[in-house]
Amino acid sequence: MADEITVEQLADDMYDLVKKAEGKKKYKPNDLIKEVITKYGDKVDKKDGKEAIKLLMDSERCVYSYAGGSFVELAK
Amino acid sequence: MSDSKTPLLDELEKGPWPSFVKEIKKAARTSRKAKDLLGQLELSYKDKKTHWKHGGIVGVRGYGGGIIGRFSDVPEEFPGAAHFHTVRVNQPSGWFYTTDALRQLCDIWDKYGSGLTNMHGSTGDTVFLGAGSDELEDIFTELSKAEWDLGGSGSDVRTPSCCVGPARCEFACYDTLALTYDLTMAYQDELHRPLFPYKWKFKMAGCPNDCVASIARADFSIIGTWRDEIRIDQAAVAEYAEKGLDIQSDAIRRCPTRCMKWDGNTLKINDHQCTRCMHCINVMPKALRPGTDTGAVILIGAKAPIVQGAILSSVLVPFMKIEPPYEELKDLIEKIWEFWDEHGVARERIGELIQRVGLGNFLEAIDIEPSPQMITQPRDNPYIFYEEYYAEEKEGGEA
Repeated sequence: MADEITVEQLADDMYDLVKKAEGKKKYKPNDLIKEVITKYGDKVDKKDGKEAIKLLMDSERCVYSYAGGSFVELAK
Repeated sequence: MSDSKTPLLDELEKGPWPSFVKEIKKAARTSRKAKDLLGQLELSYKDKKTHWKHGGIVGVRGYGGGIIGRFSDVPEEFPGAAHFHTVRVNQPSGWFYTTDALRQLCDIWDKYGSGLTNMHGSTGDTVFLGAGSDELEDIFTELSKAEWDLGGSGSDVRTPSCCVGPARCEFACYDTLALTYDLTMAYQDELHRPLFPYKWKFKMAGCPNDCVASIARADFSIIGTWRDEIRIDQAAVAEYAEKGLDIQSDAIRRCPTRCMKWDGNTLKINDHQCTRCMHCINVMPKALRPGTDTGAVILIGAKAPIVQGAILSSVLVPFMKIEPPYEELKDLIEKIWEFWDEHGVARERIGELIQRVGLGNFLEAIDIEPSPQMITQPRDNPYIFYEEYYAEEKEGGEA
């Protein structure tokens, strides 16, 4: 990964986004990747974003949900 | 009056066809889940509405696909069917199972689920119907131990599916089974972790007969074809004629491009006019065979009418050699995904995106040259734009 932005940092950022949006908005996985790319510019890429989502799921902080399309939600 | 508890469903057992009601009743003898399913289904027929809720948060750890949530909206009345999730199991390429493998699956399913299966779902997977939320991890663990994996569901790569290919079919123009296995392994992440705007289906058909109906169902169809000439065994053609086949009516007149001639002794085919429809080969399989320079035509964009109307797929690459390690094919797939990720909106299939942005723009973005095969119907108007025509017209001072 470019510079110092770690996958863990991206996963934390994504978690915060999902948490803040709970009950108001549902994030699609790709939306989360776009958000962190917007935040960090070319320091991160799509592959880093994918890794971060993987980490988010494997750490059981978030889960996938399905309502027409697939979304990322907080694990209950 | 009948004292049956399912009088409406009983009607579906009448008639000379197999009945899913009969099968559920059979399962209901030993499964509470199946028994309550029958009860809920009868209620749905009575109320004329479904009592299933769709989706929600169900799945196994780390996976976003493979489980489809089904919750009953009358759980107090039918507790056995309160959670009735569907588990998609990634099927072997071409649906070849040993009896041992089938027993293994059934044993797992009898232990945890309702015992009801759908062999196979329209996506292609082996489908287990009726798992409780608490049982999902155990089912997944047992399947994994036995080296089975879950298939795709949600906005991801759906379980790639193919025809029986060269294993049982002499017409196969490439190894559909090998390609299906390769793509399944290569795109494990995309299969299990939804990241696309909507679903993506690969279907591999070995020849233009397209026995997996990929042209109507797959976002990305890989249909076997050939570039050289149809192989003709004139003696076998004559034998068909001797045995009573009306070659003129049954083959020549039904050729969509009228590219064949039969003078009573010799069959001639103008292969440049042939669209590889397979009709003549299907009529005389012992006499005609696909050519030997084989590969596949790649088509894109089919879908069933869920969000918008149904779309049949369009030719994207008229001919591509399909050989391991399939680099050219994978490069193309990944370019398309890149474009779809960038421009697709939620629940938009690739075919709908192409219609929205225009095929010309799509081709330019994925770096593919327009070709005459990309037309709506044979010998009809092209629906792509050739920018150089406009440039020439402007230079010439016309329109």
